[in-house]
Amino acid sequence: MDLFSFRKPKNELESTNDENKNVPFVPQEMWIKCPKCNTMLLTTDMQENLHVCTRCDHHFRMNGRQRVEMLADADTFVEQDAELESTNILDFPGYDAKLEKARLSGSKEAVICGECKIGGIDCELCVMDSDFMIGSMGTVTGEKITRAFEYATENKLPIIVFTISGGARMQEGILSLMQMAKTSGAAKRHSDAGLLYITVLTDPTTGGVTASFAMEGDIILAEPDTLIGFAGQRVIEQTIRQKLPKDFQKSEFLLQKGFIDAVVSRSNLKNTLVKLLKLHGYSDKGAE
Amino acid sequence: MTAYEKLMAARDANKLTAVDYIAHMFGDSFIEMHGDRRYSDDKAIIAGLAMLYDTPITVIGIEKGRNTKERVERNFGQAHPEGYRKALRLMKQAEKFHRPVLCFVDTSGAYPGIGAEERGQGQAIAENLMEMMTLKTPILSIVIGEGGSGGALALAVADEVWMMEDSVYSVISPEGCASILWKDSTKAPQAAEALKITAQDLFNLGVIERIVRQPKAEDTAMFESLKLLVSRTFEKNLALTDDELTANRYERFRKIGKPLD
Repeated sequence: MDLFSFRKPKNELESTNDENKNVPFVPQEMWIKCPKCNTMLLTTDMQENLHVCTRCDHHFRMNGRQRVEMLADADTFVEQDAELESTNILDFPGYDAKLEKARLSGSKEAVICGECKIGGIDCELCVMDSDFMIGSMGTVTGEKITRAFEYATENKLPIIVFTISGGARMQEGILSLMQMAKTSGAAKRHSDAGLLYITVLTDPTTGGVTASFAMEGDIILAEPDTLIGFAGQRVIEQTIRQKLPKDFQKSEFLLQKGFIDAVVSRSNLKNTLVKLLKLHGYSDKGAE
Repeated sequence: MTAYEKLMAARDANKLTAVDYIAHMFGDSFIEMHGDRRYSDDKAIIAGLAMLYDTPITVIGIEKGRNTKERVERNFGQAHPEGYRKALRLMKQAEKFHRPVLCFVDTSGAYPGIGAEERGQGQAIAENLMEMMTLKTPILSIVIGEGGSGGALALAVADEVWMMEDSVYSVISPEGCASILWKDSTKAPQAAEALKITAQDLFNLGVIERIVRQPKAEDTAMFESLKLLVSRTFEKNLALTDDELTANRYERFRKIGKPLD
């Protein structure tokens, strides 16, 4: 008997693929490799663990829908402005195709906004969507976030914004840049009304989103090991002509430099948000 | 002129910089103020008080420098967070004394460096956007050369934004755009066209209120007419109540990118 027979995969499925006899057959989405500790994880295990590696606590990226599901109390999320869609306003070459491709993910825009309950507390929630051009901020993104702030201001609601973004969407040129001012203005009005704004920075949060509403929360939280910065690392390296330190622009780095309030693990996130809402006098009105 | 030619003109080393505008428009009345009171004085931003005819105003400009020595000293007009914080400090002071604020924008962008990130470049810009939106005194920003992304916007949340005819204002440098989208920075001319960065483009898109004819260094009459235009705009906005002023400013940005529904 072959001494190493125990090493052979027991999976019979291997031989069903005649063309690639030597390649073990692994159903594509069944396993996922943790990029941090290289452990092969059962995708379902990872997903049930809030998309966090069961071994090393690496936080995988979640898309917008998954986040809404994780945060909002069951069946309480009422989406707003879901019909708003980006168009190629500047006739930018290649942008139509890019939008079409982004929509294949099932997301219509780089942010999902709506009202919901979190721990029984009424709250406005905006979640940027990694599935849609990695949360790139175009005019519709800015418009939806602005409307969310205006709705929260009008209805005296606290607002929680989850950021993920590569920055302003260059295919919409200067109009994207202006969304930074527009969203900041709406955030300021919400703030001036004495209402609570919490931002949760998730990987990656960069560019124009960092330089606007991401950094404007009363309370700024971040997930562990999240890239947060204004300038891109490649641009910085090209400018200063040296390698960047390993933890540069990570959430732990920003915490140390004094730019965020806390790094919170995903498993603690909802809890923490509920606590913070309660500390600001928002309560579970419909509980009795 | 193509968009790329305009970009080159906006970056022209012989172009007038903020220091020139301040000297020609305000002469000896300008007193420079330094520092953000938190970390240091960023020389990429020049700021101070000046007399516009009979009205005291606060002037803030991003300064690129006019020769190699100055450019190094001014960090080529790429501000650090402390520069934006100095600007905000002086804007808050202007609000206290109800002085109008005039900003000259000329930067390829906020500085991308380790120190700048450590000291919160994104946070500094974000705070300016938020605070400028409700600053209870008139603000006018003029792009006199390059308006580079968030680093320019941090001084351009104003009641009106004007551009010199040979200036550009863009979300990203055309070189950066071409290298990210098409992996080829030599396609910058095509990117410049597609990004719509010229004064005329921005005017057509409703992002700026006025295109100003570029003054030449010795052209006192041109500077005089620019002064008059600035003065009239401030007068008009000084006549408004604080609520009207900030509501107009909010609406100015609110309408940009509003879908028709």
